[in-house]
Amino acid sequence: MTPRGRRLLGMIRKESLQILRDPSSISIAFVMPVVLLLLFGYGVSLDARSIPLGIVIEQPDTTTQSLAGAFERSEFFAPRRYGSIQQAQQALAERRIDGVLWLRNDFSRRALRGDTAPIGVFVNGVDSNQANITRGYIQGTWLAWLQHVAGARGRPLTLPVALEQRIWFNPAVSSRLFLVPGLIAIIMTMIGSLLTAMVVAREWERGTMEALLVTPLHMAEMLFGKLVPYFLLGMGGMLLSVAMALLLFDVPLRSPLWLLAGSSALFMLLSLAIGLLISIVTRNQFLAGQVALVVSFLPSFLLSGFLFDIHSMPQWVQTLTYLVPARYFVAMLQTLFLAGPVWPVLLANGAAMLLMLVVLTVAVVRKSRKRLD
Amino acid sequence: MNDDSPLRFSQVSLEFARGRDRLRALDAVDFSLAPGRVCGLIGPDGAGKTSLMRLACGLLRPTSGSIHVLGIDARARPQAVQSAVGYMPQRFGLYEDLSVQENLDLYADLQGLEPEVRPERYDALMEMTGLAPFTGRLAGKLSGGMKQKLGLACALLRAPRLLLLDEPTVGVDPLSRRELWHIVYGQVRDLGMTVLLSTAYLDEADRCDEVLLLHQGRLLGQGPPADFSEPLRGRVFQVRGEGRSQRRLQQELEQTPGVIDALAEGETLRVVTEASTDAETLLRTQLGLSLQPAQPRFEDAFVARLKPRGQPAPALGDLLAPLSGHSDDEVIRVRQLTRRFGDFIAVNGVSFSVRRGEVFGLLGANGAGKTTTFRMLCGLLPASDGELSVAGLDLRVARAEARRRIGYMAQKFSLYGDLSVQQNLRFFASAYGLRGRRQSERVDWAIDAFELEAYRPVNAGLLPLGFKQRLSFAAALMHQPEILFLDEPTSGVDPLARREFWARTNALAEAGVTVLVTTHFMEEANYCDRLVIMAEGQVLAEGTPAEMKARARSEALPDPTMEDAFIHLVEAHERAAREAVA
Repeated sequence: MTPRGRRLLGMIRKESLQILRDPSSISIAFVMPVVLLLLFGYGVSLDARSIPLGIVIEQPDTTTQSLAGAFERSEFFAPRRYGSIQQAQQALAERRIDGVLWLRNDFSRRALRGDTAPIGVFVNGVDSNQANITRGYIQGTWLAWLQHVAGARGRPLTLPVALEQRIWFNPAVSSRLFLVPGLIAIIMTMIGSLLTAMVVAREWERGTMEALLVTPLHMAEMLFGKLVPYFLLGMGGMLLSVAMALLLFDVPLRSPLWLLAGSSALFMLLSLAIGLLISIVTRNQFLAGQVALVVSFLPSFLLSGFLFDIHSMPQWVQTLTYLVPARYFVAMLQTLFLAGPVWPVLLANGAAMLLMLVVLTVAVVRKSRKRLD
Repeated sequence: MNDDSPLRFSQVSLEFARGRDRLRALDAVDFSLAPGRVCGLIGPDGAGKTSLMRLACGLLRPTSGSIHVLGIDARARPQAVQSAVGYMPQRFGLYEDLSVQENLDLYADLQGLEPEVRPERYDALMEMTGLAPFTGRLAGKLSGGMKQKLGLACALLRAPRLLLLDEPTVGVDPLSRRELWHIVYGQVRDLGMTVLLSTAYLDEADRCDEVLLLHQGRLLGQGPPADFSEPLRGRVFQVRGEGRSQRRLQQELEQTPGVIDALAEGETLRVVTEASTDAETLLRTQLGLSLQPAQPRFEDAFVARLKPRGQPAPALGDLLAPLSGHSDDEVIRVRQLTRRFGDFIAVNGVSFSVRRGEVFGLLGANGAGKTTTFRMLCGLLPASDGELSVAGLDLRVARAEARRRIGYMAQKFSLYGDLSVQQNLRFFASAYGLRGRRQSERVDWAIDAFELEAYRPVNAGLLPLGFKQRLSFAAALMHQPEILFLDEPTSGVDPLARREFWARTNALAEAGVTVLVTTHFMEEANYCDRLVIMAEGQVLAEGTPAEMKARARSEALPDPTMEDAFIHLVEAHERAAREAVA
């Protein structure tokens, strides 16, 4: 074996031993994905189910009963009756219910005559996301009921257009199906950037780097020796996440596995490059951890389109998202899992990631010198 | 140009940017080393030793000048230098979560050692360092001395032609220190290696073939250690006070014109006189002392060169309130004190007692349990077992009022780096409940007694090391404590600052303050009235410095040093431990 190969193998073996002996590396790579996936897969849902809704009917009759029945039958609502609007508003203020449907005593008369604003709706706006969802569902149920009533009476529908939605790729509009692939990007960012930034900074902090530098080891060999074990660790975490997505959450994978593996490998390298750059610049574990959180983990969480829709962000924030590597990978993952190999999407995002990788690699190589000043 | 030299510095300067200022770490340093010799790089902390080492192995680039290492230009080809030399950094540079064997394997791989030659080299190094039984142990679980030996073994794997060792012996127990030197000389003899070794211990200079003396970034001299000390022949004496208080006599001599230095050494004083002084007349005739010529040492030369002359003695005693109580009162009593951390016993059945007005030392290597003992005495840490009382109280449960009677100076600089000297002193005074005029009086006293006037508005973090130590000392004295705990107060400061520190400590003791001090400098034990020697959490011996040395006296060693006494005790302890097992 050449001396160069031996040095590289020595570094890889040393890093691997350190990973195996450090419980925090293993838990970031394997325990954290499981926890995050379970949390987001089961706990967090952007869909509304069984919204607690207060219904106040001031003058019960067959029309109001029919409308209340429409809400009671809906799987989106868990209605509760209140005797007066004051009671219902009290419950809303105490957050026991998310909205109030108020049918005044002239409701039936005006509804049948075709007047405007015959129902009153209150929604708790503290959680604006939830409020929008609740309002939308109330409106939807109300329209459906109107249509039903009109149909039943043999009269034409008063509305000019009936809204008809069709959702592609995620027919059930289940948020889990797009959250879980997006989450894989977050997990890989954690392993690639956060863990790597910490471990290289640790060498500076503990003084082991100084001894390492005064050997025939070249900087490129040192970086490569660090990359290989963490690359494998990250890909292991990725495989675990994919297996959980497919087997536990029934997320469909509509593309060949090699495409998924290839794009993940590209993203993993990108994350590792960010982690290395951070650790080379900071040389301090605490700082490296903080910087990695702020420049890599948080943007991946908030600006990648994994959780929050990029198109509904202000324009300047949208522009900012182009700097977040996870943005491209989240788009690729959601396409790969839910839509299948849509080549224009994959190539455009892949090219963006490749460009970033090249820029970062150049930065890492330029910044890493075998000197202490 | 002589290219045989394994290391040549030509007019090398090194500057760092610190804020807007430029800090000059090395100033026109010029030397070359002879092959196959051990050269000591000697100087106090902050002299520029580590910068010089890092320049020599290509980790730093000189601001000006040129460096040739084994014939390679270090500025142009740092990687070639890094590949060629063996280097052991000041901090333990190995992986604590890898075993001894795994660390060796890693460095063998990195240094390109062929697998065929490894078993033989490993065996030789493990044998030499005594690490053979511990190859499977994690490096983090080794003792301080064993870690240093492992670091040395890794640097020696490929038998480099030039070996650079940055303070390999600091904080290491004397026994391991002796072994490290032995290994280094063995390599030089067998392999013709050249060694540059830096140290802050001046007594190690005498072990080197050649010495580079560095002070404040300047090279003051190069040559065999005897070249430095020889000019002092006939100027160094062992002086006996004949019934006078040794501390008083030392203070008096320090103030005598013609005397450069007076240092306590057991029951005698070591006195260095000016070349222009007729020492016999001055000491024997005028002062009526009995004296004996002594062999000059490197430290004498260092002090003679660098000690400022004609400085007034620190007069602390006058400014301290007179203390009450009899001098034979037992103020600190420790019986079977034990402290466990999990299954690790840091302090194991320690007993001793300290009388009022005594300077009492805890002597031991890093990790011997000195600091843990201190923390228990000050009430910072509960004892796992045993009894202790300080001024008749257990400070752990005593009221805050009782704590006012003690002062504590921590091992690490524990003042506020971004407050000025004045602000720090005022803060500590107010923390002890001093207000108004009383507070300003005490702050003025501290500034005056510790000669801090020039630094009054300077942030404490920017002070030179010796002044930081003075400030910490002053802060611990703001409330005029009766008992003073000083944890490694002289660690890292140069011999001159150490002399100042001990002069102040002696003045305090004269005024009746009880002083407890820990140190890993063996020769500092000579300043104590009584001391205990600790190793591995246990007290090996208690007594006066003279009693300690008497234990090690033998035919082969008629005049043992404190270091000899320490090694004697540790070896006896280890023998007893082995016999207990067998």
